[in-house]
Amino acid sequence: MATIMTKGVLLALLAAVLGVGSAAYAEGVGDFVLPSSKAASLENCVEPTEYMRRNHFELIRHQRDETVYGGIRGDSHGLSGCVSCHVGYDDTGAPIEIDAEGQFCRSCHAYASVEMNCFDCHATVPRGEAWNHEVAAAHAHLTGSAPIGPTAAER
Amino acid sequence: MKRIVYREWLLQPQRYWGLLAILAAVIAVGGLSALYMEHHGHWVTGMTNSVVWGVPHVFAVFLIISASGALNVASIGTVFDKKVYKPLGRLSGLLAVALLIGGLLVLVLDLGRPDRLLVAMTTYNFSSIFAWNIFLYSGFAAIVIGYLWTMAERKGNALQKPVGTFAFLWRLALTTGTGSIFGFLVGREAYDTAILAPLFVVMSFAYGLAIYMLVLFYAFDADGRPIGPAMLKRLKNLLALFIAAILYFTLIYHLTKLYGAKNDDIETFFLISGGLYTGLFWVGWILIGGLLPLGIIYHPELSQRRDWIAAACGMVIVGGLAAMYVIIVGSQAYPQEMFPGYSVIQFGAPGDIGGQVAPYSPSFPELLLGFGGVGIALLITAIGVRVLQFLPESLADRDVDPHASARSTA
Amino acid sequence: MNHENESMNQGRRDFLGAAAGVSAAAVAPGVFLHTPVANAAARTDPVTDLHRWGLLVDTSKCADGCTACVDACDSENGLNLQSKPHGQDELKWENQRAVWIRKVKLQDNLTGHVTNLPLMCQHCEHPPCVDVCPTGASFKRADGIVMVDRHTCIGCRYCMMACPYKARSFIHEQVDHKLTRAPRGKGCVESCNLCAHRLDSGDISTACAEACSAEGHQALIFGDLKDPMGPLRQALAKTPSRQIRQDLGLNTGVRYAGI
Ligand code: HEC
Ligand code: HEC
Ligand code: HEC
Repeated sequence: MATIMTKGVLLALLAAVLGVGSAAYAEGVGDFVLPSSKAASLENCVEPTEYMRRNHFELIRHQRDETVYGGIRGDSHGLSGCVSCHVGYDDTGAPIEIDAEGQFCRSCHAYASVEMNCFDCHATVPRGEAWNHEVAAAHAHLTGSAPIGPTAAER
Repeated sequence: MKRIVYREWLLQPQRYWGLLAILAAVIAVGGLSALYMEHHGHWVTGMTNSVVWGVPHVFAVFLIISASGALNVASIGTVFDKKVYKPLGRLSGLLAVALLIGGLLVLVLDLGRPDRLLVAMTTYNFSSIFAWNIFLYSGFAAIVIGYLWTMAERKGNALQKPVGTFAFLWRLALTTGTGSIFGFLVGREAYDTAILAPLFVVMSFAYGLAIYMLVLFYAFDADGRPIGPAMLKRLKNLLALFIAAILYFTLIYHLTKLYGAKNDDIETFFLISGGLYTGLFWVGWILIGGLLPLGIIYHPELSQRRDWIAAACGMVIVGGLAAMYVIIVGSQAYPQEMFPGYSVIQFGAPGDIGGQVAPYSPSFPELLLGFGGVGIALLITAIGVRVLQFLPESLADRDVDPHASARSTA
Repeated sequence: MNHENESMNQGRRDFLGAAAGVSAAAVAPGVFLHTPVANAAARTDPVTDLHRWGLLVDTSKCADGCTACVDACDSENGLNLQSKPHGQDELKWENQRAVWIRKVKLQDNLTGHVTNLPLMCQHCEHPPCVDVCPTGASFKRADGIVMVDRHTCIGCRYCMMACPYKARSFIHEQVDHKLTRAPRGKGCVESCNLCAHRLDSGDISTACAEACSAEGHQALIFGDLKDPMGPLRQALAKTPSRQIRQDLGLNTGVRYAGI
């Protein structure tokens, strides 16, 4: 227990240091969210926003392995989910590439000088999504999404 | 026996810097080619989904197996206690490391994602021979550097034999491993045989020695150090032995392939109907890389002339590159046999190759990248011999082994 | 306040593990806002080896000149979005672009009989591509699907050397257009993944088999090799079938009838 306490204190200190670090962002929480994106109309990110700011990479990376190796696409931490909720739209209602200059995933990274090559491969606008909680939610409203019955092995 | 004196390479500065400048230019061009390929993607090369490894692999594999072969000279000295080879040991170690680095660089720069090299070095799949090779290569470099130290440092001399033996065994494993990269590819007709591993070992002996001799001749000529006729004779006879071994294992390779009846098609391809690959096999691999140098080495007059021996070494190298081209590219160009008893009359869209020989023509950047690797190896060697004492002052017979020279003149 | 939240979050992650739900609800009401909604169809547990997905190709039903499966695969997996790099030779490009499934036409050397069949990754039980991959990027998912983790693929192409079926493609060019469900980028190797994204969303089908049925050919039957009552096993029980390169003993997940 004592070790847990010390660990806790250490972590609190660490967090405090990180917190000071994050104060270096000129912007306030949520300022990077684009007004034209779906996220603008929502209260919160998929995790508390402050937490997202610091840990989104770990979440995505964890989700990445869950998806690639475990086939779990239903979680909210996937990259496709980030894009579909955070992507901005132009006046004509067309989505703007999320890694383009001034867009959500780019502006803050440029600010924090983070290099990221995920969008070499990953789509930068929602297009042909297989499954993410956005799609499923839409789906649920429309049809009530019927699950497919189990196969014999599961029965 | 006299104590062997080693001395830095004493080429005149203009010539030395000129040499470095040329090598640097070759390397720069190779580097630019790699950048170009990397920037555009591999579509600018001759490589396709059929021929996935092209000329860069030809050079890389050639350099890597030559690296282990170059170490042979040192091994003969320490492991097999041949005194006369001792003075040759240091250069042998240096050349081995240099060639390995050159080869590996080419290999890495030909990756689809060289930026993920860190991934390759931190995540291993231990069932992959390729992953084992990464260990074998880095281990090789480390061991050879240690070996060089035992040769150069008096304190380390006692360790020379064990370290040298270890290095020798390691290099055998390394070449076997490199050969096995191909030897275990069951899906390709040409490769599916264990004989490739020993074939690669003897090839490495020959190519490594040929490169070693050329470098030695050039370095010694350039600052006027003598090489005695007995030493020369020894080296060239050794080379002849290795060339003969290649020819022998090549024969065995084709006999095993012919014996497995279902392989006679690929044999026809390599030996008779394969166009460029058949030509490279007979003219490059067998004639230029085998018979001609053997002829020179056993020719009563030509074999006495250093320039002819150097030419023979050059031929072995050219033949070696041709052999690698046949083994690596030819085997991929040959269609994978998926439907025995059937002819493939259509395979995907036109241009998508299956059931027929896949076209491949190397692009310039690929070639230049390969030359860049050679440049790196030579640059490391040139700098090494200049700043450290790698080269013996003399290889005149009386300096190396007075008894042997007495015998040979008798 | 934020700092405290942060530290508790961190602490929870590290120490509390299973009990997380309670404190998380107290500390961060936002956490579970979206999680359990409406994902009945998508899987929430990792795939298991209770299933092994596979295909049966009945070559006698595969129609000459029909490319429905190929077209369906192309649009399902964004392969039709690839564009020939400017200046590249047309034919060479066909051998450089990614292809997950192709139509193959064979002629029996003896009888002259012509057979059509689709050829794709055979999803071997003992995949040579997985054995050779230096980084382990090439892997077999628990449910038997062989695929490439393109986050660890270094583009060495050794798997392509090892594959007996020419099933894999290397991405030779920069990819400008892609689908969300099918990320794709220069320098990695890829191949058919039996439309894993469909399976994972609870849709037991592949684009190719679906398209073949829609054409009325039924030459492709997709299903679970481990489900004796399922359509695939039923079909396999009725028809004699074999593996391509059966001699290699790879125990492929894709079987062929009529060759
Ligand atoms: C359902 C929509 C939704 C999804 C999906 C979503 N977010 Fe958010 N995100 C939001 C909202 C809403 C905010 C703003 C919250 C606020 O103002 O406090 C936000 C804020 C953020 C912020 C902080 C921005 C700032 O200016 O401080 C980051 C970073 C972030 N999200 C990253 C991600 C990442 C990474 C993902 C994918 C794992 C993701 N989000 C998925 C809705 C979403
Ligand atoms: C070489 C191409 C490539 C690159 C670069 C790449 N990915 Fe992926 N990613 C893929 C592929 C392919 C999938 C598999 C999709 C599937 O199985 O459906 C994937 C899946 C994912 C998933 C799960 C699916 C989803 O959309 O949520 C996540 C999360 C993810 N990648 C994160 C990342 C992150 C973070 C980076 C950058 C650090 C990155 N990827 C870079 C190709 C790539
Ligand atoms: C509020 C600022 C902010 C926003 C908005 C943001 N990021 Fe980040 N991101 C960061 C910071 C800061 C880091 C560096 C974290 C570190 O190195 O610990 C980072 C790192 C990453 C990394 C890891 C990069 C690497 O390889 O080191 C990924 C992947 C990533 N972000 C993805 C995203 C995606 C996808 C989005 C858009 C949905 C996004 N981020 C939006 C601030 C942000």
